Amino acid sequence: MVAMSDTPLFFDEMHQGGGDPRAPYAGYDGWFRSEDLRDLRKKSADAERFFRRTGITFNVYGQAEADERLIPFDLVPRIISGREWSRLTRGIEQRVRAINAFLHDIYHRQEILRAGRVPVELIAKNDAFLPQMIGMAPPGGVYTHIVGVDLVRTGEDEFYVLEDNARTPSGVSYMLENRETMLQMFPELFTRIKVQPVQDYPVNLHRSLAASAPRDCSPYCTVAVLTPGIHNSAYFEHAFLADQMGVELVEGHDIRIIGGKVQMRTTQGYKPIDVLYRRVDDDFLDPLNFRPDSLLGVPGVMDVYRAGGITIANAPGTGIADDKAIYSYMPDIVEFYTGEKAILQNVPTWRCSEADALAYVLDHLSELVVKEVHGSGGYGMLVGPAASKKELAAFRAKLTAKPANYIAQPTLALSTVPILTQAGLAPRHVDLRPFVLVSPDKITITPGGLTRVALKKGSLVVNSSQGGGTKDTWVLEE
Amino acid sequence: MLGKTAGGLFWMFRYLERSENTARLIEAGFRIALTRADGDDDEWTSVLQTAAVAHLYFEKHGQIEAARAIDFMLRDMSNPSSVLSAISAARQNARLVRTAITREVWEAVNDTYMVLKQTLARPVSARDLPEVLALIRQQSALVRGAMHGTMLRNDIFDFCRLGTFLERADNTARILDVKYYVLLPSISQIGSSLDNVQWETILRSVAGMRAYRWITQGETSPIGIADFLIFDTRMPRSLAFSVGKIATNLAYLEQAYGTRHPCHEAIDGLSARLRHGTIDRVFEDGLHEFITDFLSDVAKLGHQIETDYRFLG
Repeated sequence: MVAMSDTPLFFDEMHQGGGDPRAPYAGYDGWFRSEDLRDLRKKSADAERFFRRTGITFNVYGQAEADERLIPFDLVPRIISGREWSRLTRGIEQRVRAINAFLHDIYHRQEILRAGRVPVELIAKNDAFLPQMIGMAPPGGVYTHIVGVDLVRTGEDEFYVLEDNARTPSGVSYMLENRETMLQMFPELFTRIKVQPVQDYPVNLHRSLAASAPRDCSPYCTVAVLTPGIHNSAYFEHAFLADQMGVELVEGHDIRIIGGKVQMRTTQGYKPIDVLYRRVDDDFLDPLNFRPDSLLGVPGVMDVYRAGGITIANAPGTGIADDKAIYSYMPDIVEFYTGEKAILQNVPTWRCSEADALAYVLDHLSELVVKEVHGSGGYGMLVGPAASKKELAAFRAKLTAKPANYIAQPTLALSTVPILTQAGLAPRHVDLRPFVLVSPDKITITPGGLTRVALKKGSLVVNSSQGGGTKDTWVLEE
Repeated sequence: MLGKTAGGLFWMFRYLERSENTARLIEAGFRIALTRADGDDDEWTSVLQTAAVAHLYFEKHGQIEAARAIDFMLRDMSNPSSVLSAISAARQNARLVRTAITREVWEAVNDTYMVLKQTLARPVSARDLPEVLALIRQQSALVRGAMHGTMLRNDIFDFCRLGTFLERADNTARILDVKYYVLLPSISQIGSSLDNVQWETILRSVAGMRAYRWITQGETSPIGIADFLIFDTRMPRSLAFSVGKIATNLAYLEQAYGTRHPCHEAIDGLSARLRHGTIDRVFEDGLHEFITDFLSDVAKLGHQIETDYRFLG
């Protein structure tokens, strides 16, 4: 039994008042009640061994001691009804279409700037904006082949987009391995409860990338995954995706430009690559065109790209769409390009670059979440209600010094899903990152995505770099 | 396949083979130490020489001492041939070529690494040593089993096998190189207890003790042992066997890729020498010279394979 206060502050996705399960959890709840808690805790330890053995680890920057760490896995699934999910997918699809239209526009006619719907300086002063992309049409017209749309929930029908990941969203390997782990540990659950499968993601990814190949693609379109290397924090995922797709995992030093094509050094000489799924940031992609000190990239790849000789996924310069300052304009962007109201809501956002907003944020610092405009991974962010006086003062100084560098949002009452603790189930805050594949002819959204969970009681920060864990995410068959 | 991947597979299997060979050397040294009355530690010097790390050991420890030698060969990360170093390097290469090996092989290697890292976190006492060495052997067998049971027989497999047998040929030749003098007819007197012990070490180092007795029906002679380790194609750690496997796998690559490289010429030369050679001839021309030439040829062959299949830029 889970103790419920009379007036829950947060939306509990599993239980309603009185501890009864909500509809999507009815089947799971029945099963859970019949299980022995000790057995489940043992399963939990089994899962950890399974993850270590499989090597599903990530490297943490700046921590020599623990060079490979596990992201903790919680075995209570996060369950979403088929009905909820179809509504969400409509919203996600609309948003992703708008993001691609926005990117095309920004690198071509810039209608949205001319119409005054997005301020020009937001683009002009944006480091993620790449002049090299101006006037360039990516093969198939796709900018963001892979997108992660981070969602949070605050009530029965209240979902918000927390941020868009339009550069190189990571975490999909955890979505797949979490499901694999659950299938191994609890096969009987999947015969009782019909869950929509996620396993065809790698096949869909490959198909989607191949569909975006350049027109003069070789007969068997060759896809390769470009990784910064074995020391990158997400190396496991890069290797995992290449393996699952059955394609080569290349590093910069495996590649050379020969005869106007990007080619990889194989045991039988150089072979052309048609589509490069790169997990290397824009800055490091091409030392001739971007950072000259980059050892991770491919000198001249941008020139081949501009000549239409290769597809780079995601396209360089897509970062302007997941900038947190641009985020605040997303409802306008969706409306501008689709002619419809945005189905998914944005979290209300104060742009600290604006004087009124800054004044408000400084007055209400202890109630707000303040984020760096270009930040990610939960670094450099302030959670007002959880911060000490000292932390607040320090952040106030940073904010006043460089207001345009920050946005602020109300502290959302993030929904909770229970995790298994020593004492049984206990609610913890979660978010959700669904993964979206964009090809010239269609958009594919894998049912579910990656649920991240703050393991610390009361914590609202779910990032794995800050002690968050993950859960398997189930979307029920309708 | 990427050249880098071929190189990663080659080295992954070289290191796996090396960890197993090192464990076997320790086992042989330990066994000799137990059965020997005089209690000197000379045997450990030849173990270190066989692994080509004696200079590293003496730089670090100055003088030979059984416990230190065992620790150095088992778990010293500054010794590139220690079991722990070799298994870590094998696992690092496995991560690099994760896309080329099956999940079973990867998990077997990763599991081996995790188990040994934990087991070798502290010095191993003489009492626990046999069990630890057995564990290393079992883990090696696990990886080999996963490889044979789950991997496609294609170019990937060929590069794995090339690494295994190049390392093995090198290892057996080194054992002969360090111990060749006990096999020389002028020095060895059949039946003397010292030489029996020395011969036993050689056979134990290549897990060939029982096999040799079985084949020779108990007839032990230095020339017989040398013949067994160099020319016997039934013995899976002999030079002839290892070279035969290298030749087969290079031939598969030639067939699959339709390209003949300088490494194919090199292996043909080496194979011919072992096919047409006899042990009497080897002793006539000098066992030591034969072994030295062989070691140098194997090293050259390794470099040639690396160049021909573009492991590096």
